[in-house]
Amino acid sequence: MAAARAWAGYGGARVDAELVVRIWRGRESGEFATYRVPRRESQTVLDVVTWIQRNLEPSLAYRYACRVGMCGSCAMSVNGVARWTCRTHVSKVARDGELEIAPLANLPVIRDLATDMSGFFDKWARARGRFSGAATRRDGFARVDPASSARRAADAGIECIGCGVCYASCDVVAWRPAFLGPAALNRAWTLVNDERDTAGAERLRAVAGDAGCHACHTQGSCSERCPKGIEPTAGIAGLKRLVARAAIRGKL
Amino acid sequence: MSGVAGAKRWYWQRLTAMALAVLVLVHLATMVLAVRGGLSAAEILGRTRGSVLAGAFYSAFVLAAAVHASLGLATIAEEWLRLEGRPARALAMAFGLAVAVLGLRAVWAVVAG
Repeated sequence: MAAARAWAGYGGARVDAELVVRIWRGRESGEFATYRVPRRESQTVLDVVTWIQRNLEPSLAYRYACRVGMCGSCAMSVNGVARWTCRTHVSKVARDGELEIAPLANLPVIRDLATDMSGFFDKWARARGRFSGAATRRDGFARVDPASSARRAADAGIECIGCGVCYASCDVVAWRPAFLGPAALNRAWTLVNDERDTAGAERLRAVAGDAGCHACHTQGSCSERCPKGIEPTAGIAGLKRLVARAAIRGKL
Repeated sequence: MSGVAGAKRWYWQRLTAMALAVLVLVHLATMVLAVRGGLSAAEILGRTRGSVLAGAFYSAFVLAAAVHASLGLATIAEEWLRLEGRPARALAMAFGLAVAVLGLRAVWAVVAG
Protein backbone atom coordinates (compact mmCIF):
# COMPACT_ATOMS: atom_id res chain seq x y z
CA MET A 1 0.00 0.00 0.00
CA ALA A 2 2.85 2.31 0.88
CA ALA A 3 4.40 1.54 -2.47
CA ALA A 4 1.10 2.22 -4.21
CA ARG A 5 0.82 5.54 -2.38
CA ALA A 6 4.34 6.46 -3.30
CA TRP A 7 3.48 5.74 -6.89
CA ALA A 8 0.29 7.79 -6.73
CA GLY A 9 2.45 10.70 -5.72
CA TYR A 10 4.90 9.16 -8.20
CA GLY A 11 8.63 9.03 -8.03
CA GLY A 12 11.02 11.33 -9.74
CA ALA A 13 12.16 14.77 -8.78
CA ARG A 14 9.74 17.62 -9.16
CA VAL A 15 10.37 19.88 -12.11
CA ASP A 16 9.23 23.50 -12.07
CA ALA A 17 6.63 23.08 -14.74
CA GLU A 18 3.06 22.10 -15.28
CA LEU A 19 1.46 19.91 -17.88
CA VAL A 20 -1.85 20.81 -19.47
CA VAL A 21 -3.66 17.51 -19.99
CA ARG A 22 -6.87 17.08 -21.96
CA ILE A 23 -8.62 13.79 -21.23
CA TRP A 24 -11.66 12.29 -22.93
CA ARG A 25 -14.63 12.06 -20.58
CA GLY A 26 -17.75 10.18 -21.63
CA ARG A 27 -18.64 7.31 -23.88
CA GLU A 28 -18.93 7.43 -27.69
CA SER A 29 -20.16 10.98 -27.19
CA GLY A 30 -18.45 13.15 -24.65
CA GLU A 31 -15.84 15.87 -24.48
CA PHE A 32 -12.28 16.56 -23.42
CA ALA A 33 -11.77 17.89 -19.90
CA THR A 34 -8.63 19.86 -19.07
CA TYR A 35 -6.45 19.21 -16.03
CA ARG A 36 -3.22 20.75 -14.78
CA VAL A 37 -0.66 18.27 -13.57
CA PRO A 38 2.74 18.94 -12.00
CA ARG A 39 5.57 17.89 -14.27
CA ARG A 40 8.09 15.38 -12.89
CA GLU A 41 11.30 13.88 -14.10
CA SER A 42 10.94 10.46 -15.78
CA GLN A 43 7.14 10.85 -15.70
CA THR A 44 5.13 8.44 -17.83
CA VAL A 45 1.75 9.11 -19.42
CA LEU A 46 0.23 6.49 -17.09
CA ASP A 47 1.72 8.41 -14.12
CA VAL A 48 -0.12 11.50 -15.35
CA VAL A 49 -3.47 9.71 -15.74
CA THR A 50 -3.11 8.08 -12.32
CA TRP A 51 -2.20 11.40 -10.70
CA ILE A 52 -5.35 12.96 -12.14
CA GLN A 53 -7.52 10.03 -11.02
CA ARG A 54 -6.11 10.09 -7.46
CA ASN A 55 -5.94 13.85 -6.98
CA LEU A 56 -8.44 15.59 -9.25
CA GLU A 57 -10.97 13.23 -10.82
CA PRO A 58 -11.77 10.10 -8.76
CA SER A 59 -14.44 9.02 -11.26
CA LEU A 60 -11.97 8.83 -14.19
CA ALA A 61 -12.16 5.36 -15.77
CA TYR A 62 -8.99 3.84 -17.23
CA ARG A 63 -7.23 0.51 -17.18
CA TYR A 64 -3.78 -0.70 -16.17
CA ALA A 65 -2.22 -3.57 -14.28
CA CYS A 66 1.50 -4.28 -14.45
CA ARG A 67 3.04 -0.85 -15.15
CA VAL A 68 6.06 -2.51 -16.76
CA GLY A 69 4.95 -3.24 -20.32
CA MET A 70 3.87 -6.83 -19.87
CA CYS A 71 0.11 -6.96 -19.40
CA GLY A 72 -1.02 -4.90 -22.40
CA SER A 73 -3.92 -3.20 -20.62
CA CYS A 74 -2.92 0.49 -20.47
CA ALA A 75 -2.86 1.43 -24.15
CA MET A 76 -4.44 4.80 -24.98
CA SER A 77 -4.32 7.36 -27.72
CA VAL A 78 -1.76 10.02 -26.74
CA ASN A 79 -1.68 13.18 -28.87
CA GLY A 80 -3.41 11.18 -31.60
CA VAL A 81 -1.07 8.17 -31.53
CA ALA A 82 -1.86 4.82 -29.91
CA ARG A 83 0.76 3.98 -27.26
CA TRP A 84 1.37 1.82 -24.19
CA THR A 85 1.13 4.56 -21.59
CA CYS A 86 3.12 2.83 -18.83
CA ARG A 87 6.29 2.93 -20.92
CA THR A 88 5.74 6.19 -22.72
CA HIS A 89 7.63 9.07 -21.16
CA VAL A 90 5.90 12.43 -21.12
CA SER A 91 9.12 14.03 -22.37
CA LYS A 92 8.84 11.98 -25.54
CA VAL A 93 5.25 12.85 -26.45
CA ALA A 94 4.23 16.18 -24.88
CA ARG A 95 3.92 19.05 -27.34
CA ASP A 96 4.50 22.47 -25.79
CA GLY A 97 3.73 21.01 -22.38
CA GLU A 98 0.38 19.61 -23.54
CA LEU A 99 -1.03 16.11 -23.71
CA GLU A 100 -4.31 14.94 -25.23
CA ILE A 101 -5.29 11.50 -23.98
CA ALA A 102 -8.18 9.59 -25.55
CA PRO A 103 -9.39 5.99 -25.59
CA LEU A 104 -7.93 3.70 -28.28
CA ALA A 105 -9.47 4.18 -31.72
CA ASN A 106 -11.40 1.42 -33.53
CA LEU A 107 -12.83 0.05 -30.26
CA PRO A 108 -16.14 0.89 -28.54
CA VAL A 109 -15.67 3.18 -25.53
CA ILE A 110 -17.02 1.87 -22.23
CA ARG A 111 -16.25 5.07 -20.35
CA ASP A 112 -13.51 7.72 -20.46
CA LEU A 113 -10.26 5.91 -21.35
CA ALA A 114 -11.54 2.34 -20.98
CA THR A 115 -12.46 0.58 -24.23
CA ASP A 116 -14.39 -2.63 -24.81
CA MET A 117 -11.73 -5.11 -26.02
CA SER A 118 -14.12 -8.06 -26.45
CA GLY A 119 -14.53 -7.57 -30.24
CA PHE A 120 -10.74 -7.38 -30.56
CA PHE A 121 -10.23 -10.73 -28.81
CA ASP A 122 -13.23 -12.35 -30.54
CA LYS A 123 -11.29 -11.78 -33.75
CA TRP A 124 -8.33 -13.74 -32.33
CA ALA A 125 -10.72 -16.65 -31.89
CA ARG A 126 -12.12 -16.15 -35.41
CA ALA A 127 -8.56 -16.24 -36.79
CA ARG A 128 -8.12 -19.65 -35.11
CA GLY A 129 -5.75 -18.14 -32.61
CA ARG A 130 -5.89 -21.22 -30.37
CA PHE A 131 -3.19 -23.89 -30.46
CA SER A 132 -4.36 -27.36 -31.56
CA GLY A 133 -1.93 -30.16 -30.83
CA ALA A 134 -1.91 -33.89 -31.43
CA ALA A 135 0.31 -34.91 -28.51
CA THR A 136 -1.03 -36.21 -25.22
CA ARG A 137 0.35 -35.85 -21.73
CA ARG A 138 2.02 -39.23 -22.15
CA ASP A 139 4.08 -38.05 -25.12
CA GLY A 140 7.48 -36.54 -24.60
CA PHE A 141 8.35 -32.91 -25.21
CA ALA A 142 8.42 -31.86 -28.85
CA ARG A 143 11.93 -31.04 -30.01
CA VAL A 144 11.72 -27.88 -32.08
CA ASP A 145 14.87 -26.62 -33.77
CA PRO A 146 15.15 -23.01 -32.61
CA ALA A 147 17.19 -22.16 -35.70
CA SER A 148 14.60 -23.44 -38.20
CA SER A 149 13.05 -20.75 -40.39
CA ALA A 150 9.53 -21.59 -39.19
CA ARG A 151 10.50 -21.28 -35.54
CA ARG A 152 12.33 -18.02 -36.19
CA ALA A 153 9.21 -16.65 -37.93
CA ALA A 154 7.06 -17.68 -34.95
CA ASP A 155 9.56 -16.16 -32.49
CA ALA A 156 9.43 -12.83 -34.34
CA GLY A 157 5.72 -12.48 -33.52
CA ILE A 158 5.39 -14.39 -30.27
CA GLU A 159 5.94 -11.51 -27.81
CA CYS A 160 2.57 -9.86 -28.52
CA ILE A 161 0.97 -8.61 -25.28
CA GLY A 162 -2.45 -7.99 -26.84
CA CYS A 163 -2.46 -4.27 -26.06
CA GLY A 164 -4.50 -3.32 -29.16
CA VAL A 165 -2.12 -0.54 -30.27
CA CYS A 166 -1.77 -2.08 -33.76
CA TYR A 167 -5.54 -2.55 -34.03
CA ALA A 168 -6.19 1.08 -33.09
CA SER A 169 -3.56 2.26 -35.60
CA CYS A 170 -4.87 0.24 -38.56
CA ASP A 171 -6.78 2.16 -41.25
CA VAL A 172 -8.18 -1.06 -42.71
CA VAL A 173 -9.82 -1.89 -39.36
CA ALA A 174 -11.44 1.57 -39.46
CA TRP A 175 -12.66 1.01 -43.01
CA ARG A 176 -13.70 -2.65 -42.70
CA PRO A 177 -15.24 -3.48 -39.34
CA ALA A 178 -15.04 -7.21 -40.13
CA PHE A 179 -11.26 -7.15 -40.76
CA LEU A 180 -9.53 -9.45 -38.27
CA GLY A 181 -6.77 -6.91 -37.70
CA PRO A 182 -2.99 -7.11 -37.25
CA ALA A 183 -2.89 -8.71 -33.78
CA ALA A 184 -5.19 -11.64 -34.61
CA LEU A 185 -3.40 -12.26 -37.91
CA ASN A 186 -0.01 -12.07 -36.19
CA ARG A 187 -1.23 -14.70 -33.73
CA ALA A 188 -2.38 -16.90 -36.62
CA TRP A 189 1.03 -16.43 -38.26
CA THR A 190 2.88 -17.62 -35.14
CA LEU A 191 0.66 -20.71 -35.02
CA VAL A 192 0.99 -21.69 -38.69
CA ASN A 193 4.74 -21.60 -38.04
CA ASP A 194 4.41 -23.82 -34.98
CA GLU A 195 5.33 -27.29 -36.19
CA ARG A 196 3.37 -28.93 -33.32
CA ASP A 197 0.09 -27.33 -34.40
CA THR A 198 -2.36 -29.46 -36.40
CA ALA A 199 -5.02 -26.94 -37.48
CA GLY A 200 -2.96 -25.36 -40.28
CA ALA A 201 -5.35 -25.70 -43.23
CA GLU A 202 -8.35 -24.72 -41.14
CA ARG A 203 -6.47 -21.64 -39.90
CA LEU A 204 -5.47 -20.61 -43.42
CA ARG A 205 -9.14 -20.80 -44.44
CA ALA A 206 -10.06 -18.66 -41.43
CA VAL A 207 -7.56 -15.92 -42.30
CA ALA A 208 -8.12 -15.87 -46.10
CA GLY A 209 -10.20 -13.29 -47.88
CA ASP A 210 -11.49 -9.75 -47.47
CA ALA A 211 -11.95 -9.99 -43.70
CA GLY A 212 -8.55 -11.61 -43.34
CA CYS A 213 -5.00 -11.18 -44.56
CA HIS A 214 -5.99 -10.20 -48.11
CA ALA A 215 -7.59 -6.96 -46.93
CA CYS A 216 -4.24 -5.66 -45.63
CA HIS A 217 -2.85 -2.80 -47.73
CA THR A 218 0.66 -3.20 -46.29
CA GLN A 219 0.62 0.36 -44.98
CA GLY A 220 2.62 -0.80 -41.98
CA SER A 221 1.08 1.40 -39.26
CA CYS A 222 0.86 -1.69 -37.03
CA SER A 223 4.58 -2.42 -37.41
CA GLU A 224 5.42 1.24 -36.93
CA ARG A 225 3.44 1.52 -33.69
CA CYS A 226 3.83 -1.91 -32.06
CA PRO A 227 5.51 -1.21 -28.71
CA LYS A 228 7.08 -4.69 -28.75
CA GLY A 229 8.71 -4.16 -32.13
CA ILE A 230 6.67 -6.90 -33.79
CA GLU A 231 5.96 -6.57 -37.51
CA PRO A 232 2.42 -7.85 -38.11
CA THR A 233 2.71 -6.56 -41.69
CA ALA A 234 5.43 -9.12 -42.39
CA GLY A 235 3.38 -11.93 -40.83
CA ILE A 236 0.31 -10.94 -42.87
CA ALA A 237 2.41 -11.00 -46.06
CA GLY A 238 3.57 -14.47 -45.01
CA LEU A 239 -0.05 -15.58 -44.55
CA LYS A 240 -0.90 -14.31 -48.05
CA ARG A 241 1.94 -16.43 -49.47
CA LEU A 242 0.86 -19.54 -47.57
CA VAL A 243 -2.81 -19.08 -48.54
CA ALA A 244 -1.83 -18.69 -52.23
CA ARG A 245 0.33 -21.83 -52.05
CA ALA A 246 -2.48 -23.79 -50.38
CA ALA A 247 -4.99 -22.54 -52.99
CA ILE A 248 -2.74 -23.63 -55.87
CA ARG A 249 -2.36 -27.08 -54.31
CA GLY A 250 -6.14 -27.29 -53.80
CA LYS A 251 -5.73 -27.50 -50.02
CA LEU A 252 -7.71 -24.41 -49.11
CA MET B 1 -18.17 -13.88 -48.82
CA SER B 2 -15.97 -16.88 -48.63
CA GLY B 3 -12.34 -16.44 -47.79
CA VAL B 4 -11.29 -18.56 -50.75
CA ALA B 5 -13.06 -16.26 -53.24
CA GLY B 6 -11.36 -13.26 -51.62
CA ALA B 7 -7.99 -15.02 -51.83
CA LYS B 8 -8.57 -15.73 -55.53
CA ARG B 9 -9.43 -12.11 -56.23
CA TRP B 10 -6.26 -11.02 -54.45
CA TYR B 11 -4.26 -13.52 -56.49
CA TRP B 12 -5.74 -12.28 -59.76
CA GLN B 13 -4.91 -8.72 -58.84
CA ARG B 14 -1.30 -9.68 -58.12
CA LEU B 15 -1.02 -11.61 -61.41
CA THR B 16 -2.47 -8.75 -63.47
CA ALA B 17 -0.21 -6.29 -61.61
CA MET B 18 2.84 -8.34 -62.59
CA ALA B 19 1.65 -8.52 -66.20
CA LEU B 20 0.92 -4.78 -66.28
CA ALA B 21 4.37 -3.95 -64.90
CA VAL B 22 5.90 -5.48 -68.06
CA LEU B 23 3.16 -4.35 -70.46
CA VAL B 24 3.26 -0.70 -69.34
CA LEU B 25 7.06 -0.54 -69.66
CA VAL B 26 7.01 -2.02 -73.18
CA HIS B 27 4.16 0.31 -74.15
CA LEU B 28 5.97 3.41 -72.84
CA ALA B 29 9.25 2.41 -74.50
CA THR B 30 7.47 1.86 -77.82
CA MET B 31 5.70 5.23 -77.58
CA VAL B 32 8.92 7.10 -76.78
CA LEU B 33 10.82 5.35 -79.58
CA ALA B 34 8.03 5.99 -82.11
CA VAL B 35 7.78 9.67 -81.26
CA ARG B 36 11.54 10.20 -81.09
CA GLY B 37 11.93 8.34 -84.36
CA GLY B 38 9.67 10.94 -85.95
CA LEU B 39 6.96 8.52 -87.07
CA SER B 40 3.69 10.16 -88.11
CA ALA B 41 0.29 8.81 -87.08
CA ALA B 42 -0.24 7.43 -90.56
CA GLU B 43 3.12 5.63 -90.48
CA ILE B 44 2.34 4.14 -87.07
CA LEU B 45 -1.05 2.93 -88.26
CA GLY B 46 0.64 1.46 -91.30
CA ARG B 47 2.77 -0.68 -88.99
CA THR B 48 0.02 -1.72 -86.59
CA ARG B 49 -2.58 -2.66 -89.23
CA GLY B 50 -2.61 -6.37 -89.73
CA SER B 51 0.04 -6.89 -87.01
CA VAL B 52 -0.81 -9.96 -84.94
CA LEU B 53 1.87 -8.98 -82.42
CA ALA B 54 0.42 -5.48 -81.83
CA GLY B 55 -3.10 -6.92 -81.60
CA ALA B 56 -2.10 -9.61 -79.10
CA PHE B 57 0.03 -7.23 -77.02
CA TYR B 58 -2.61 -4.53 -76.67
CA SER B 59 -5.46 -7.02 -76.18
CA ALA B 60 -3.52 -8.50 -73.27
CA PHE B 61 -2.88 -4.95 -71.98
CA VAL B 62 -6.57 -4.03 -72.11
CA LEU B 63 -7.74 -7.25 -70.45
CA ALA B 64 -5.14 -7.07 -67.67
CA ALA B 65 -6.03 -3.41 -67.02
CA ALA B 66 -9.76 -4.18 -66.98
CA VAL B 67 -9.38 -7.03 -64.46
CA HIS B 68 -6.89 -5.13 -62.30
CA ALA B 69 -8.92 -1.91 -62.21
CA SER B 70 -12.14 -3.74 -61.48
CA LEU B 71 -10.65 -5.61 -58.49
CA GLY B 72 -8.98 -2.50 -57.11
CA LEU B 73 -12.03 -0.27 -57.51
CA ALA B 74 -14.22 -2.82 -55.73
CA THR B 75 -11.90 -2.59 -52.72
CA ILE B 76 -11.93 1.22 -52.82
CA ALA B 77 -15.73 1.27 -53.12
CA GLU B 78 -16.05 -1.03 -50.10
CA GLU B 79 -13.61 0.87 -47.92
CA TRP B 80 -14.17 4.49 -48.89
CA LEU B 81 -17.80 4.52 -50.08
CA ARG B 82 -18.74 1.94 -47.41
CA LEU B 83 -20.61 -0.19 -49.96
CA GLU B 84 -21.36 -3.84 -49.22
CA GLY B 85 -19.13 -6.35 -51.00
CA ARG B 86 -21.67 -7.45 -53.59
CA PRO B 87 -22.82 -4.02 -54.92
CA ALA B 88 -19.24 -2.76 -54.75
CA ARG B 89 -18.06 -5.65 -56.91
CA ALA B 90 -21.01 -5.24 -59.33
CA LEU B 91 -20.22 -1.56 -59.79
CA ALA B 92 -16.52 -2.23 -60.26
CA MET B 93 -17.21 -5.08 -62.67
CA ALA B 94 -19.40 -2.78 -64.79
CA PHE B 95 -16.49 -0.34 -64.93
CA GLY B 96 -14.08 -3.17 -65.81
CA LEU B 97 -16.38 -4.36 -68.61
CA ALA B 98 -16.59 -0.83 -70.00
CA VAL B 99 -12.78 -0.58 -69.96
CA ALA B 100 -12.52 -3.95 -71.72
CA VAL B 101 -15.11 -3.09 -74.41
CA LEU B 102 -13.74 0.39 -75.12
CA GLY B 103 -10.15 -0.81 -75.04
CA LEU B 104 -10.70 -3.81 -77.31
CA ARG B 105 -12.66 -1.60 -79.72
CA ALA B 106 -9.66 0.74 -79.88
CA VAL B 107 -7.28 -2.19 -80.44
CA TRP B 108 -9.55 -3.43 -83.23
CA ALA B 109 -9.53 0.02 -84.85
CA VAL B 110 -5.73 0.24 -84.82
CA VAL B 111 -5.03 -3.33 -85.88
CA ALA B 112 -7.93 -4.29 -88.17
CA GLY B 113 -9.59 -0.95 -89.02
